[in-house]
Amino acid sequence: MNPFGYVQAGNDVSALSYKVQQAGSLFLAGGTCIVDLLTQGALRPPFLIDINALPLRAITLQDDNSLIIGALASNSAVAHHPSVLSGYPVLSESILAGASAQIRNAASIGGNLLQKTRCYYYRDPSFACNKRTPGSGCPAITGANRMHAIFGTSEQCIAVHPSDMAVGLSALDAAIHTESSRGKRQIAIDDFFLLPGDTPDRETILEQDELITAVEIPATPFARKSNYLKVRDRSSYAFALVSVAGAVVFEGNSVKEIRLSAGGVAHKPWRLQEAEQTLLGRALEEGVIARAMESAVAGAKTYRQNAVKVDLLKRCVRLMLHRFREMA
Amino acid sequence: MNKLTRDTPVGTEPVEITLFVNGEERRIAVEPDVTLVDAIRDRLDMLGTKVGCAHGQCGACTVLINGERRYSCITLAVMHDGHHIQTIEGVEDNGQLHPLQQAFIDHDAFQCGFCTPGQIMSGLGLLREGHVQNEDDMREEMSGNLCRCAAYQHITAAIWEVHERQDEPGVRLSEQREELLAAGGRVR
Repeated sequence: MNPFGYVQAGNDVSALSYKVQQAGSLFLAGGTCIVDLLTQGALRPPFLIDINALPLRAITLQDDNSLIIGALASNSAVAHHPSVLSGYPVLSESILAGASAQIRNAASIGGNLLQKTRCYYYRDPSFACNKRTPGSGCPAITGANRMHAIFGTSEQCIAVHPSDMAVGLSALDAAIHTESSRGKRQIAIDDFFLLPGDTPDRETILEQDELITAVEIPATPFARKSNYLKVRDRSSYAFALVSVAGAVVFEGNSVKEIRLSAGGVAHKPWRLQEAEQTLLGRALEEGVIARAMESAVAGAKTYRQNAVKVDLLKRCVRLMLHRFREMA
Repeated sequence: MNKLTRDTPVGTEPVEITLFVNGEERRIAVEPDVTLVDAIRDRLDMLGTKVGCAHGQCGACTVLINGERRYSCITLAVMHDGHHIQTIEGVEDNGQLHPLQQAFIDHDAFQCGFCTPGQIMSGLGLLREGHVQNEDDMREEMSGNLCRCAAYQHITAAIWEVHERQDEPGVRLSEQREELLAAGGRVR
């Protein structure tokens, strides 16, 4: 591990001021991602700002039924929280589909959003990687890319975002609350994550000195009829090959509103908006479902080893819609 | 040597922290880049906690931190100043094996034994969490602990037996012992 300096920040103001003072520093919350990357030498920050003392752990159901989750709430605390279980099952399911109990106990919600890709080349500093060392190249494009993206890739990077929870939050139209010396802001989750483009090292729109303080889930009729589906190489403690989070509201047998978001296929949770459009106002008959499956994979670009993801995504969409049909 | 205090940055040199390890107050000097498992094994000379993968993938390093099971290989010791750490060395009570330890023996729940401390600490964490309703849940909740000998059937049988007996006296870590741990008192 490369040596680094360290501070336990006592409050948000001091945490943000250390971030400005210490060039290249990182905030440290649960540490499950960062410490692993430190030991592998894939991250070499000169200074870490431990934010665990900040009062950002509360999970609060607001009067308007929106839910505000403090950025330092643990993944376990959120997944097992009564308001999440009853009102937002897809959030609980997506969190519990990820990692292991030990990781979920330690990992924070803010850190889950910011976790680094599992691309083998990113995590091994003996390889080139445009995300870790801009301009050095992307061996994944011609190399081992079975786990890699089929949407939104660039010539610079084809990595996927590894979070399950973020896919669930995407289907729930969550907003990210942040704070910096310039004040506070709320960012829609779809705007929060960036595609790799020419700057794959920049993964979100967060500024250098900006701290995630909370995640807000708006009150929505989607909340209850929602589901998370994950395909992976083993039945637990593995990252998604493909996943789909879905939420639906029916009017009679017809889809009144629907959200579908896919994981394991892009640099960010990938909303399947075209598929959503094909389903609006329709009953979930096989012909309608087949059109939605085709829309879900429109524009997919596959690489040598990951063409299977196209088929997996179509089948996940079909299974999700079959589950919804049973709920209608 | 400086003690770690809030809002006082430290460099790469050692800093003093306090860990309450199995109820005992231990002061140690660690550099910020020392993981918790390295502090436990190399600074406290407690070798029951194992390092398997050192990447948070195998679970051999599982300990309870303030009562929650976590991987000690992917967290820094400095992050746990003032925290309560329970390791396998603190599980028996006055020379009496914990029922989960006894169940591992009764079910022959190990071959080489390297993963066992992590399996037992993870099992204790699982019992405390109380999220498990059935055997499938238990297997899912134990997926963060690998056993290269593949003694899984016996490991899960041992944990399930204790799960089903957990309301008997002495099966969960007793409330008294937990209170002592939480208060930083000596347990042994």
